[in-house]
Amino acid sequence: MRAVTDSATMLRRQVKHIWRYPTLILTFAAVPVVFLLLFVYVFGGTMGAGIGGDRAAYVSYLTPGILITTIVGAAQGTAISVATDMTEGIVARFKTMAIARVSVLTGHVLGAMVQTFLAIAMVTVVALLIGFRPSASVLDWLGVVGVLAMFTFAITWLSVALSVSSKNVATASNLPMPLMLLPFLGSGFVPTESMPAGLRWFAEHQPVTPVIETLRALLAGRPAGSSFLEAALWSAGIALVSYLWARRLYNR
Amino acid sequence: MRTFVSVTGLRKSYGAHRVLDGIDLTIPQGTVFSLLGPNGAGKTTTVQILSTLIKADAGEVWVAGHDLAKEPDEVRAAIGVTGQFSAVDSFLTGEENLRLMADLLHLGRAKGRERARELLERFDLTDAARKPAATYSGGMRRRLDLAMTMVGTPRLIFLDEPTTGLDPRSRRTMWQIVRDLVQQDGVTIFLTTQYLEEADELADRIALLSQGRLVAEGTPEELKRMVPGRHIVVRFADPDGYRRAADHVGATSSNDAALTVQIPDSGGVRTLRKLLEWLDTHAVEVAELSVHTPDLDDVFLTLTQEPSTKEPSR
Repeated sequence: MRAVTDSATMLRRQVKHIWRYPTLILTFAAVPVVFLLLFVYVFGGTMGAGIGGDRAAYVSYLTPGILITTIVGAAQGTAISVATDMTEGIVARFKTMAIARVSVLTGHVLGAMVQTFLAIAMVTVVALLIGFRPSASVLDWLGVVGVLAMFTFAITWLSVALSVSSKNVATASNLPMPLMLLPFLGSGFVPTESMPAGLRWFAEHQPVTPVIETLRALLAGRPAGSSFLEAALWSAGIALVSYLWARRLYNR
Repeated sequence: MRTFVSVTGLRKSYGAHRVLDGIDLTIPQGTVFSLLGPNGAGKTTTVQILSTLIKADAGEVWVAGHDLAKEPDEVRAAIGVTGQFSAVDSFLTGEENLRLMADLLHLGRAKGRERARELLERFDLTDAARKPAATYSGGMRRRLDLAMTMVGTPRLIFLDEPTTGLDPRSRRTMWQIVRDLVQQDGVTIFLTTQYLEEADELADRIALLSQGRLVAEGTPEELKRMVPGRHIVVRFADPDGYRRAADHVGATSSNDAALTVQIPDSGGVRTLRKLLEWLDTHAVEVAELSVHTPDLDDVFLTLTQEPSTKEPSR
């Protein structure tokens, strides 16, 4: 009970931070939007032909991968803000108070989810403006939001754990960087069938691919099939391991 | 007086480096206890252990009737920490910082608002209540920091170098606040400081920490009696006068380069008059003369010497 109320208090703290510095969300949305525009307008014609369609078809193909890029980029920002927070005296103060200890980190994760979803909303609006035409039903959209929430939760806990494990802010900002490659080394930008054997095996067995496939199916109004379960299992696994790891590091 | 903090045989090492090597302390309730020591002596480590931030390797600590090792949350409920680096959230306003504390202490909305208002008033922060803490001056940040510590009405407050980096006026304000905490609120204070003047002003008892051990403990007056008494320092205007005077004025030490001598002053004004007469008769030019009364600086420097300086250098 104490953990819930204390986490809610810490979430309020994070929301106030977001409210006071709203431009941070623009920063989170900027990189994915640039990726989106680059890939659609520079590579889009060729890529569209590659998947058997045109530039407009590629916008729809690309958008789920870009949403994942948004989540990973925001997680990197979260890692920086957690690492910065850890160097502040306020965290030492929290540790000397009789509160649910991990609530500081939970507050960060929940706050980051709010921030990430605002960034996702902005990126989605840009995608819609340049020709993204989803044919998802209301139920599909609920599924999309659910999958995005699960994956954001998992990646954010992971980057919080990486952040608490690093000795300084610079390391904390670099550690989640390789995650940025995962949408590229998966089905984010091109179909995995077009990749050489070894890479293709990796692309089809890494956590980001089932998440992208699920989003792609739901947004197109198709059933997501087994990729939904895979995405859920990966997200739950990453979240659980990262949570336990972060908690242990923080309580050290 | 009731004992509020008792520490026996406290030890802490980081690898081969022994930071605390068997510390024993007793602090009566409602008093100010000051831990003094050079940088790296283990002051901050002691505070971190007593405030439940890190664990000791060995030793027993009781705070407010609770065993620190077995009931850390009960200890946390009785203490407040105002650290060396200000523990405020710079993005939040002063009022929001206090409300954050109130929420974490589960005071409830109405009571939390009331407590925040009261503390802003008491620590002279009402005008700045709605400004982010990032815009506060050093003195205001320390006051907010202490106000945040006070939200939970702690019975023991750790003040880890509370006035480091503050201007003289803010320092004096902080001192008055600390005195009020003891007198009005009956709070017990555990103070670490590098300003001996501060310990002299505030502390009922002082302990000197050097290389992980307590080398002296007592009231400020008791400690001052532990070092040699008053002496006169004379700096001569020229080497000639220095050479002529050095052997005749009863100097216990001299410095050829600085042209100074130190003369023990046992007879008060009489010693001084005799010295001046001698200098006058022999027409020796004096550049500077001062009478030195021992203060905590002397105690500190005498008792906390590094081992390398104790051994002969030749």
